Amino acid sequence: MIVLRPGTGTRAALSIAGLVALLAVWQACVQYRVVPPGLLPAPSELWPAWQSELSGGYWQQAVRDSLGHYCAGLAIGSVLGAALGLVCGAAPLADALTSGIVRLLRPIPGLAWVPFAILWFGLNNAGATFVIAISVFWINFYAAWGAVKSVDPELYEVAAAFGHGGVLARMRYVILPASCPGLLSGFRAGLGQGWMSVVAAELFGVPGIGARMMQASSLLATDIVVVYMITMAALYALTDFLFGFLRDRLLRWQG
Amino acid sequence: MTSLVRLENTGLSHDGKHFIFRHVDLTIRTGEFVAVLGPSGVGKSTLLRVVMGLIPPTEGQVTLAPSPSAQQVGSRRTALVFQDARLMPWRSVRRNVELGLEGLGLSRNDRHARAEESLRLVGLSAEASRWPRQLSGGQRQRVGVARALTVNPDLLLMDEPFGALDAITRAGLQAELLTIREKTRKTVLFVTHDIDEAILLADRIVVLAGKPASVRGDLPVGPRPRDPSSTAMRALADRLRALIAGEPDPGGAAYWQSAEI
Repeated sequence: MIVLRPGTGTRAALSIAGLVALLAVWQACVQYRVVPPGLLPAPSELWPAWQSELSGGYWQQAVRDSLGHYCAGLAIGSVLGAALGLVCGAAPLADALTSGIVRLLRPIPGLAWVPFAILWFGLNNAGATFVIAISVFWINFYAAWGAVKSVDPELYEVAAAFGHGGVLARMRYVILPASCPGLLSGFRAGLGQGWMSVVAAELFGVPGIGARMMQASSLLATDIVVVYMITMAALYALTDFLFGFLRDRLLRWQG
Repeated sequence: MTSLVRLENTGLSHDGKHFIFRHVDLTIRTGEFVAVLGPSGVGKSTLLRVVMGLIPPTEGQVTLAPSPSAQQVGSRRTALVFQDARLMPWRSVRRNVELGLEGLGLSRNDRHARAEESLRLVGLSAEASRWPRQLSGGQRQRVGVARALTVNPDLLLMDEPFGALDAITRAGLQAELLTIREKTRKTVLFVTHDIDEAILLADRIVVLAGKPASVRGDLPVGPRPRDPSSTAMRALADRLRALIAGEPDPGGAAYWQSAEI
């Protein structure tokens, strides 16, 4: 049972052990030619590859560019998505008006918007930001919508009984604070979705991690591709970690 | 005493055909403690909300007399204590108590001071910065009472406020409510389905029963302190029971011997 339900410390140790095992098997597969050469870089090649990207300044530039797209797209998509989700969740009229539009647009992936991003914004930061914002938008929209729908309706009466019965007062005194957990979990899902769409957003040539990966892959420099894959994973882990602090602070009341 | 609330031929229906209550006449005088007694589901809580103005009546009218404290800053005409406390879980105890004060133009310091005062009145000063989830059921209900008292209402409405509590906690809070009322001289409209509770607390008991519900009786309770086991109180309880059940009013004190419902 102890092995099946590990404690926190054991869990961390096991997760590192798992990673090390993956790297070992991976290294062995490449070294002993289990995988044909050229298809997969060995883990041992990654460090030198990263060093060469670093010394050329490519890595730093790519990370800076992508962070710019990511942060702008995340902010725009999250704020708009959450705001519209809150309004649609709270106002049946707005909900009914938009439900058809939502159903039409929702299934379209961010990548499909790339041609329009190029047409509307060009091959630039605005275009990349647009693609990221769209994919982040929907996650936040649905999270906010659902959060409003699950607000305890009795709290509206409490607010009304104490002088906060108007539309705006309801939003301020009940809907916003009560939806906070839902909004934050939507935002968190958006943090991950945002990094995934960074690649899509930069595929068509806007400089950044995605663009650098495409260049490397067209030269079959798989080690560099993997370096940027790991970079992206690390950046996601960092943003998610930082977000944890914010969430714990905002949701102290949940304990 | 001047009348504070007057209901005249008041009725409420959601579809215009079936009435929850109808032809309700009720006057509450300033300083009175009135209990509305009736079986569960008869519409007592709904009546309370109509009195408060949260739900407009379908028929008749509800008038709240112009307030003597109308000029007073940071007060509201009415305040409601709910059955299940209904605190906002994301607000600390103090901020829950401040809810009704927000939007009244008070400074933050004034709000704090007022909330602290109400919390002292219900004996929860020490819990001001805790979260609702950290409180017991009885404590939460006290916060609900403090929240209502903070806005210094002309009329304090209480919707079975102790119904969800265990017997010991309930008895403690009932005694505390009487003490608080002694201090604040609030006019109280108290809804309950518990005959003993109505007898213990109220100056006057209004029996609401029937379908649609109407006022079946309006009885004064008599001087305090009260002994629920006294002959007079047992007789009153039997009268109330008969009125709720729709039986003829047994009237005087002798009836209590034969009624054991």
